[in-house]
Amino acid sequence: MQDTALDIQTIRKDFPILSREVYGRPLVYLDNAATSQTPRQVLDVIVDYYSRYNANIHRGVHALSQEATDAYELARKKIQLHFNIGSTKEIIFTSGTTHSINLVANGFSSILKAGDEVLVSAMEHHSNIVPWQMLCERTGAILKVIPMSQDGELLMDNYRELLSGNTRLVFCNHVSNALGTINPIKEIIDEAHKVGAAVLVDGAQSAAHIRADLQELNVDFYTVSAHKMCGPTGIGILYGKEEWLQKLPPYQGGGEMIAEVTFEKTTYADLPHKFEAGTPNIAGGIAFGAAIDYLNNIGFDAIEAYENELLEYATASLLAIDGLKIYGTSKRKTSVISFNLEGIHPYDVGTILDKLGIAVRTGHHCAQPIMDFFGIPGTIRASFSFYNTKEEVDTLVAGVIKAREMLL
Amino acid sequence: MTIEDIQAEIVDEFSMFDDWMQRYEYMIELGKSLPLIEEQYKTEDNIIKGCQSKVWVHAELEDDKLVFTADSDAIITKGIIAILIRAFSGQKPKDIIEADTDFIDEIGLKEHLSPTRANGLVSMIKQLKLYAVAYQTQLS
Repeated sequence: MQDTALDIQTIRKDFPILSREVYGRPLVYLDNAATSQTPRQVLDVIVDYYSRYNANIHRGVHALSQEATDAYELARKKIQLHFNIGSTKEIIFTSGTTHSINLVANGFSSILKAGDEVLVSAMEHHSNIVPWQMLCERTGAILKVIPMSQDGELLMDNYRELLSGNTRLVFCNHVSNALGTINPIKEIIDEAHKVGAAVLVDGAQSAAHIRADLQELNVDFYTVSAHKMCGPTGIGILYGKEEWLQKLPPYQGGGEMIAEVTFEKTTYADLPHKFEAGTPNIAGGIAFGAAIDYLNNIGFDAIEAYENELLEYATASLLAIDGLKIYGTSKRKTSVISFNLEGIHPYDVGTILDKLGIAVRTGHHCAQPIMDFFGIPGTIRASFSFYNTKEEVDTLVAGVIKAREMLL
Repeated sequence: MTIEDIQAEIVDEFSMFDDWMQRYEYMIELGKSLPLIEEQYKTEDNIIKGCQSKVWVHAELEDDKLVFTADSDAIITKGIIAILIRAFSGQKPKDIIEADTDFIDEIGLKEHLSPTRANGLVSMIKQLKLYAVAYQTQLS
């Protein structure tokens, strides 16, 4: 591609999976918002770990254990630098965003009281709704929803009105998985802090596209899943401000998270280990660090610029199709396009696209409230990554046209 | 015709097609021609769970035979349920319970048989058989 700084064809060679075929056709992978693909550089790190220095960490005296511990803690350091986090104490390794959110929700069980208010945005993933509903059921706190516009943008005036002295927590995603909207989280955080509320931002969908500076954002909690940013599944982080993490009680009991144990009393380990009970996903953590290195080698500015180019190209090409409607038309979006064809169920389109070798997501994208808002059963969602090409966008467009011909 | 005969007939029809596109186009046609379920039966209770699209199935006993009607909001799903209904509707509950469903594989829809597949073909078959079990109890 000549109109970009990235050499996409070379980048694509890093991803073995991109050269495979599906049903005898070249794979066109456009489901990156569900999970991103893994480059060889990250795969190699996983193989290297299990081949050379697989050992349990933080407790062994032997060489392998020390090497594994160093590599795992180096990954934490890489994450700290990447997200500009004040201290590695504030980085808890978790199995991913859902685990991170549940950890915080569980911790707040002992902090919230009946009548406290919790605000959640109208465009959350179920994983950032259900844990808070459960928390509210346990504590008697009240869940309120920050509404959004038809374009899929949060209504900030309504948000300001909802904030009060009773607001304890605000939850919002950085980027909506179903619509691609980039939310004004800096403003959301600052407004919440004015009334003394803490803010958790779900960064699952943003981390692969936007390099968030967590100290500048002054966010209280931020969650990330490695598998959305070229890392493996089953690993992610919870960032929490140290003062908050000190306040929250441990989430799970077990090895690794203790200082001293007697049958009378256990004292807990310091941060971050207080929240890291049991043997962690060591290979996953190390590979997460490698994924961050990989993305930074390409460069987030270049990634953002190229993905915007793909988004604009795909949006224009798709809108040229008769009866195609895009959901989520915010001015600030990542490279996610949720759409439907008039009179056709999204599932049908997804099925035909699948047979053409094109991987998209169909359904409610674990965000049923958004689908109810638009009065639709679901959408077809194409989500692009920096390794996708304009030719692949063309294949998608041709596929959608073909599906429309077959289904109407 | 027995269930087996009908299934053989369906397999025969599908064998005329060279590729998946023709098979799907035929399935879409079948979906469009599926006799509609009466609106009163399109209830929450009659929705088959486990499908990404909505599927309603209603069963009624006529003499000793079970008659199915169905609908879906997705046309490919409707085609699949049309094939199932053609194979099972108007048959005795006992025969429906005992029938195997290998013909789905033979007509090239194997990928829809995976239990994790969102369209829930497995759930649909299970639901038809559950109706048969229920009415079988009623008959005996």
